[in-house]
Amino acid sequence: MDTIKISAKDVQVYYADNHAIKDVNVDIADKTVTAFIGPSGCGKSTFLRCLNRMNDTIDICHVEGDILIDGEDIYDRRVDSVQLRAKVGMVFQKPNPFPKSIYDNVAYGPRIHGLARAKSDLDEIVEKSLRSAAIWDEVKNRLDAPGTGLSGGQQQRLCIARAVATAPEVLLMDEPCSALDPIATAQVEELIDELRQNFAVVIVTHSMQQAARVSQKTAFFHLGNLVEYGDTNQIFTKPSDPRTESYITGRIG
Amino acid sequence: MSNPLKTSLLTLDARTKKRNAAETRFRAYGIAAIGAGLAMLILLLVTIFGNGLGAFQQTFVTLNVPLLEEKLDKNGTRDLEKIKKVSTFGYAPLLKKAMEETLTEYGIETNLKSKKQAALLSKSAAAQLRNYVLANTDMIGETVEFTFLANARVDGYLKDRVTRESIANDKSINAAQLDMVDALLAAEVIEKRFNLSFITGADASDQRPEAAGMGVSMLGSFFMMLVVLALALPIGVAASIYLEEFAPKNWITDIIEVNISNLAAVPSIVFGILGLAVFINSVHLPQSAPLVGGLVLTLMTLPTIIISTRASLKSVPPSIRDAALGVGASKMQSVFHHVLPLAAPGIFTGTIIGLAQALGETAALLLIGMIGFIASNAPDSVACGFLDPNSAMPAQIYEWAQRADPAFYERAWGGIIILLVFLITMNTIAVILRRRFERRW
Amino acid sequence: MSNLHISSAFDRDLEAIQAQIMKMGGMVEAAIIDAAKSLETRDIELAEQVRNGDKAIDVLELEINEEAARVIALRAPTAIDLRLILSVIKISAALERIGDYAKNMAKRTSVLDDLPEVTGAQTSLRRMAREVQGMLKNVLDAYVQRDADLAMAVIAQDEDVDQMYNALFRTFLTFMMEDPRNITPCMHLHFIAKNTERMGDLVTNIAEQVVYLVTGGAPEEARQKGDLSSTDSSISKV
Repeated sequence: MDTIKISAKDVQVYYADNHAIKDVNVDIADKTVTAFIGPSGCGKSTFLRCLNRMNDTIDICHVEGDILIDGEDIYDRRVDSVQLRAKVGMVFQKPNPFPKSIYDNVAYGPRIHGLARAKSDLDEIVEKSLRSAAIWDEVKNRLDAPGTGLSGGQQQRLCIARAVATAPEVLLMDEPCSALDPIATAQVEELIDELRQNFAVVIVTHSMQQAARVSQKTAFFHLGNLVEYGDTNQIFTKPSDPRTESYITGRIG
Repeated sequence: MSNPLKTSLLTLDARTKKRNAAETRFRAYGIAAIGAGLAMLILLLVTIFGNGLGAFQQTFVTLNVPLLEEKLDKNGTRDLEKIKKVSTFGYAPLLKKAMEETLTEYGIETNLKSKKQAALLSKSAAAQLRNYVLANTDMIGETVEFTFLANARVDGYLKDRVTRESIANDKSINAAQLDMVDALLAAEVIEKRFNLSFITGADASDQRPEAAGMGVSMLGSFFMMLVVLALALPIGVAASIYLEEFAPKNWITDIIEVNISNLAAVPSIVFGILGLAVFINSVHLPQSAPLVGGLVLTLMTLPTIIISTRASLKSVPPSIRDAALGVGASKMQSVFHHVLPLAAPGIFTGTIIGLAQALGETAALLLIGMIGFIASNAPDSVACGFLDPNSAMPAQIYEWAQRADPAFYERAWGGIIILLVFLITMNTIAVILRRRFERRW
Repeated sequence: MSNLHISSAFDRDLEAIQAQIMKMGGMVEAAIIDAAKSLETRDIELAEQVRNGDKAIDVLELEINEEAARVIALRAPTAIDLRLILSVIKISAALERIGDYAKNMAKRTSVLDDLPEVTGAQTSLRRMAREVQGMLKNVLDAYVQRDADLAMAVIAQDEDVDQMYNALFRTFLTFMMEDPRNITPCMHLHFIAKNTERMGDLVTNIAEQVVYLVTGGAPEEARQKGDLSSTDSSISKV
């Protein structure tokens, strides 16, 4: 039984007066891939962004309830959100490498967090991250080339390398494959499967097949509520809640 | 039975024909508009260059001047202090003598007295001679070849500004002198040449339009631009960054933004009044100094830079900021490491355009005294460059256009050409920079 | 939860498959009845009809399998849709086997025509066949109505069929011991009886698929093993 990495209790999220996320209770296990599925606007991306406090950048967004990572409340006043984001990495929907060289893209995070003292340490971190993103062999001879010159799938893998370079413990992925073609998608999914040996991975996805392929646990969100949370096998063969079944089988209502 | 509503694609129906006709007409209007614009542009350029190119050429007279020792250094001691005591008056006889000898050498006969002969030369000739002697005292006693400026009327004659009919009431020149000029022209003693000192030289008084140049006012403009660059760029960029990235979205910020946009529309002469009241009367900065001009122009350029910087910052896609924050950068780090480098091309373009506008600005300089000032001495040092009274290029042009002598009129056009060259260069640099640094993300 | 998919083409596909199953079920029901009737009335032509009709049943099974494979490839069905497709495949296989047994019954009819009649056997066989046909009808209803309880009832009904088989088994033994000339016809009849009993078991398989479809799990009670002929040695002691 895997340990619990992230524990959310009675989480509410408000956008000004709009109660976007209601009463969410979920325990996300370590070294597991957890998928968040649900129709558009159901709050899964919003909830994901609460986990690394990216919602802080939105003025009208207000979070209540507890979100604990390793037992520590991340919304505690003493927590610095910048430090939090080194521990909880994020990969976005559209690949967004910095318009710098491949090396600088990956090295930026460790640099600003002071994770490497010498250039050789930094080189090592960059190589390790690019290897774990399964892109080292393709770019090792052109680390100075601009990151934006890669193909879509390579760019996304570069963003994954950038995210793991800061040695995070949790990896959040917001629809990471939605901008990629099927082959690149398959490569990224394979990567996620390898990454889960070291991190807790939370992935938001619109594709149920992807959630079924990639995750061990699935959470179904609907209109801001967490409707069902369980093993992926069970959710896709015998869901308990009729709303889950409706969504999964593509039924109206 | 065929469907009566079905029409062949090969024939145009009435609606399509009307639409096509309307589009053709619209295109014709567009071309006509462009044509009109181009025609006016060509007219403008032809007028400017037609009138102004003449200023770059000047009439010079080549003479061999004997540096007579008895006039310059009576004692023969070569004592610089004593030689300095000889004023330009004292050099006039040398010039007369040189002229007489030249006429004799080329066999040119004339009834004119030597004074009238020497009057062909510019009034700056004596000063030029004196400066040479003071610098080369060892040449006293020798005969040295000099190239002097001819006076404005002679120059005008060679440029067809002055004709034999127009000199009827002119006191400065008469027909006999013109005959002499013709003869000397044939002898190649007088010739029209490219005049570098128009570009590099200082302004001159009313009596010596032939010696007037843009050089010093160019320096004045240059120092002003330095002030504008050094002040407007950092302040403008910093204000923009604050407004765009850090300011809370409340009504105070809205008021600030509205006011900045309005400032961009304020007439420039208002800034001149402000400059007079604040910088000159309250702070007591020196009048007509490029520093003051620069400060006034900074105030004028600031809204432009702020607005263009904000536009560049806004154009950076939020995905870059998200990516930086996601990796654990603080707001400051994400702005300075990521957003600003990407917005840089736009900021540079806006700055250069703002500078180009400031360069051509005249009304603002009116009240702080940079118009009407005769920039006759180049500044001695960099500090003096900022604080010594000076003029600016557009101001200089305006000044020349106001003077009575038609020779200045030609110089005003020439000044406009120089100003245009600067402006086109700056705008071209802006375009090149933008193309060069435009990155696709 | 509405039963309609957002994609109406998906709904149409599923309806088409179910219609084919019902058609196949109807054909198999008819085959059972006709085979039993031909046996009882020694109607060679009817038996021939049943044997030829089996080809159509086989073709239907192939079509259903193809359709099911297509739906899996194109729609990636999950949850109840997945169970529907899986059960359709199994049910069509069971129906095809039942059809084969009916054909077998018809085949032996022409053989039995030349042999002496065994008293009462035909009637009992016809009753047994009727019972099985009734079970099949019920289970197909249960399938259409998604009625798990009705399916469970069908499973229970198989016990009767098994009892009937046991009785017939003893009867045949008696007949064979009485008169050796009865052995040949009794052997044939016994095969027919055994096949009919197997048909009942297959219908029970279909019923289990219906329960799986509706509940997602297996029927809770273990199926009653009514056929003791293979395990209980006392049955053969006449």
